[in-house]
Formats: sequence, C-alpha cells, structure tokens
Amino acid sequence: MSDAPSLRRELNLSHPDDVYNLQVDAHKGLTREQSEALNARLILLLANHLGDEDVLRQAVATARASAIES
Amino acid sequence: MAGSYQYPKFEYEPPPELAVPSCAGRLWPVAIVGAGLCGPTLALDLARRGIDVVVLDEDDTVSFGSRSVCQAKRSLEIFDRLGVAAPIIAKGITWDTGHIFFGSEKVYSFNLAPERHFKMPPFINLQQYYVEQFLIEGCQRSERIDLRFRNKVTGLRQGNDHVALQVETPDGEYELRAQYVVACDGVRSPIRQMLGLPFKGEVFNDQFLIADIRTRTDLPAERHFWFDPPFHRGWSVLVHRQADDVMRVDWQLGRDLDPAEETQPQRIDQRLKAMFGSDLDYDLEWASMYTFTCRSMERYVHGRVIFAGDSAHVVSPFGARGGNSAVQDADNLGWKLALVLEGVAGSGLLETYHRERHAAAQENIRQSTRSTDFITPKFAASRLFRDGALALARDFPFARTMVNSGRLSTASQYLAQSSVGDSEWSSSVGVGAAAPDGRLDGALWLGDLFGDWFAVLAFVDKASDLLAMPFFGACRVKIGSHAICALGVARDHDSAVPGWTLVRDSSGVVTQRYDGRPGTVWLVRPDRHLAARWRHASTGDIENALAHFTRGAP
Repeated sequence: MSDAPSLRRELNLSHPDDVYNLQVDAHKGLTREQSEALNARLILLLANHLGDEDVLRQAVATARASAIES
Repeated sequence: MAGSYQYPKFEYEPPPELAVPSCAGRLWPVAIVGAGLCGPTLALDLARRGIDVVVLDEDDTVSFGSRSVCQAKRSLEIFDRLGVAAPIIAKGITWDTGHIFFGSEKVYSFNLAPERHFKMPPFINLQQYYVEQFLIEGCQRSERIDLRFRNKVTGLRQGNDHVALQVETPDGEYELRAQYVVACDGVRSPIRQMLGLPFKGEVFNDQFLIADIRTRTDLPAERHFWFDPPFHRGWSVLVHRQADDVMRVDWQLGRDLDPAEETQPQRIDQRLKAMFGSDLDYDLEWASMYTFTCRSMERYVHGRVIFAGDSAHVVSPFGARGGNSAVQDADNLGWKLALVLEGVAGSGLLETYHRERHAAAQENIRQSTRSTDFITPKFAASRLFRDGALALARDFPFARTMVNSGRLSTASQYLAQSSVGDSEWSSSVGVGAAAPDGRLDGALWLGDLFGDWFAVLAFVDKASDLLAMPFFGACRVKIGSHAICALGVARDHDSAVPGWTLVRDSSGVVTQRYDGRPGTVWLVRPDRHLAARWRHASTGDIENALAHFTRGAP
C-alpha cells in the first residue's frame, strides 16, 4: 500500500528485559506526580529523537486504544 | 486614571439626507458600518480603487483601551499599500528580544530580529486607538470617503439591487441606500443580530486581567512571559511594551475571581508591586478583565451584506490574530468588491472572499486555541506535557519550539486556484501565499512596484529577452479598465521594453524568493497574494488565469 514505515511489532532491542526494567526502575521512590512528570518528559524527548511523525501517530493511537480497552 | 493619550473627538455633521429634507440621498456603491480597524482599512482600499464609500459609526472617537496592540508585518504591508503605514511605524515600538520564564527561572530567550530585505518589520506594538486614529486621518484625506460619526444603524432591508439602512443621528433618522453593505461592526455586530444569523463557537472560562501602566522607570523594550511565577503561582503573566512608555501587564486569573474587585486600582497595585518591587513608579492608564471565545459565522456573504473582522469571527488574543485578521479581511475584500461593482466580475468573486477568509478564520481559531490550551491547560495530562516542554526548554532547543505563548499572525495562505508543476519550484512561497517583498537596485522595494491591480512579475537575463517571450503581450492585458502592471527583473538592461517596468536585482534576494530563473512568470493579485506561476507562460495562459480569477472559479 504505502511505503511509510509502520510501527514495529517485532523486537528491535538487544536486551528487552534490561530496557523494560530501566523504565520501571526510573520511577522507584517517586511520588505519583513525579512519575507522571517523568513520563511526559520522556515521551517528549523520545518523540523528538524518533523524528518520524507517522510512526509516532501510530504509537499514540495504539497506546490510546490499548489504554481504553484495559 | 491618568491618560497618555488624548482621545480625539470626531466631528458629527448632519447628514445631507436630513439637512435637505427633500433630498432622497444617493445610492452609494458601498456603505461600511463600523470605524474600527477593519472598516477604515476597507474604505481606504475601495477609495484607492475609485469607489465612493460611506462609513457609518455610532460613536465619535476611537476604540477605548489599547486592545489589539501587536500590528503584524502583513498588516503593516497592507497599511503601507494604503499610504498610512508611516505614522503607525513612527509611533510604534519594536522589540526583538523575548524571555520565557518557568517558575522562578528563565528557561530561554529568543530574538526576532527583522529578516533582512523586507521593507516592513516583523511587527510593531502600538495601541489600537493610535492605529484607528491614523486610519481615520487617512480616510479624512480622501475625497471618496464620507465618514459619518454618531450615525447608528438601527434597521436593514435587502432589496434586489441595493440594501436600505435605517440610520439614527442626533438630528433624527434617515434611510441610506447602498449596493453593498459591509458590516465591520464588531464582535456584538448589530447587523448580524438584525439578520438573525448565528455566531457559534467555543467559550473559554479563564479570566484575564489587563493593566496598561505608564512607567517612569526605565524598562527594556522586551517581551516577558512567565509560566507559574513565584509572584502569581499557578498562573501565567505577560508583559510587553507599547508606545508612550506604556506597558501592558496581562495576568491569567482563573475562573473564580470577581472582576469588579480585581480591577480596583489598589488590587492591581498589589499585583504590580509583587512583580516589579515596591518602588515601581507608575500611573494606571486602563484596566480590563476579560474572557474570550472562538467563534465564526457560517457564511460571511449574505446577499448584499458582507461581514468582515470581529463581526464575522473572533479568536483568543494569543497570537494577535484578531485585529490583524480584520485588516486581512479588508485587504481580501476591497478589490473583489470593486471589480464586482464595475461589472468586470460576477458575484462568484465575492464568494471567494467568503471561502478564503472563512478558511483563514478556521486557521486562526486552530492556532489561537492551541496557544490557549498551552497557557491554560484544561486537564491534568495537558499540564504535564506543558510543564514538561517548559522544563526541557532550558537545555533542549527542540522543546523551545513547543512552548506556545502565542503564534504571531502571519499572512494567510489561500488555497491555490491555479498552480502548475509545484515540484519544480524551490521558492519558499507558493501560489496562494502573500507576495514576498524584497530590495531591488536603486533603493526600490518590490512591494512598492506592484500597483493597485493585477501584476505580472517576470524574470529574464537580458531585458531584450522579454520582447521574444510568449508572454510579452501580458503588458497590454486589462481587467476592465485596469491595465496589468508588468514588471521585468533583468540583469542586463540592454534595451528599453515598451509596456514593461524594468528593475535589477543585483543582490539576488528577489530572484531567490521567487525562484526566478529566466523565463519564470508570477501573477500577483491586487491584494498581493500570488495567483499563479509558470516556467513557460504565454499571454493566453495569463489571460486565462485572470479570467479564472474574476469568475471566482475554484
């Protein structure tokens, strides 16, 4: 259909366990407010680093749908 | 309150319809209702195009309070075309440094130094009452403009070929007839209400407090925007300069405070001293508490009644998109109305006024709503991202571009009506954009050369090349009685070219802005928006494009 890159479904990390725990551990000892602030800043940093608005849109839509379902 | 500004009192004269009771009064081509920013701008534009116009205003002075203080570059270019920019620029304040604070810290500064080789600065700050005064003084110099103060429209009836207005004056009522009525009568537009037309949109509940103060303290001409400052926790504050050493301070106050209490001078004094320290020496000029809405009419053209400025659309103040879009409305409408009145164009051309300016209003509403949401986040996650962007802005330049304390009004981009081979062009502007200005040899400005009607701008190597170009005959094309302005940019003026005005662009600024490799032709509308462009044009192509435009074809 289109050549636009789509959001990856398959693994793209060498150490997925490490990355998962990196994210979780970053929130240790934080208040709920601090955790939420961390997440917002992390998203802004990663969005800019990614630099691909199409993929970002797919990720946002996927995350939103998943959050509503759960 | 002390006043740095003496409000003028414009003279009321009994209208001729009442002075001579048997006189039925003439049929005016255009009656404009409202002498704010939009009405007088349109009157000046129409008068320049040879159309007689009467302007009715219920008051006899200018707008009270500084209101729309930021006059953007596009407005200044329009005022310059209409011959009234000089006093506005001379009186206005330019600033180029802005500072953004978050909490008690400055997170970054920015510089808006003027882009080189434009006649007009990116914007100036000047109180709305001055701009209105200079516009009205311009209208008073025109023999084609009849300004009628203390003339209040109380009724309206649309006929087949005219509109009849019922007008109330200190000497009684009279009927005024005009082929077209333009309602520039503000956000509460009595004319819109007389026609029973809806004005729908979004209401914002946050209250803001404006205080204009005249300081005797030497303060820099800078813009300061505080998010969540220690002297006003949880809210935002904006400070910027105006003419006459007047500073505007604008506090976000939330939803619950009482306007009557907050506009008391002693309450404002407390707020000011909390910000600037207790030795601030000032006079309070004006204070006003406001909320805002973003609304637009569904249609701006209703038969022979046309809406422009705040009567047609309103936005939040962030980005200075109210007053500046009113000026662009007038700019867009004037030439179209003139061509329709002359019988050169049909009413389809007026429909393009609605289409283009309605789309512009949607864009202004979108932009100013985004700014509003950044400044006054409406829900928890919105504040999290807002605060996140502000916190990152100090060290990460990318985040500064997300900080939105208002995106300044720019020239509207109209939908391209005729565009050929866009991919071949490297110019920064495309069809539909405002024609960029530029410096030419001989201390000439391109914008000063376009004339009042359509223009073609052609690029060639040698002037004599024009003679052999298939578009050479464009210089003889007319729209009604209006000759096209044919401008040729040539490096080598090896020969005179009859019908063409030749200029040189040694610096290459204009050639680059228009991607003007030899043979290129641009067609420029009377409001100096770009209508079409070609790499290989013939006179016939240009004539077809003009016919297309005057028909109002999409």
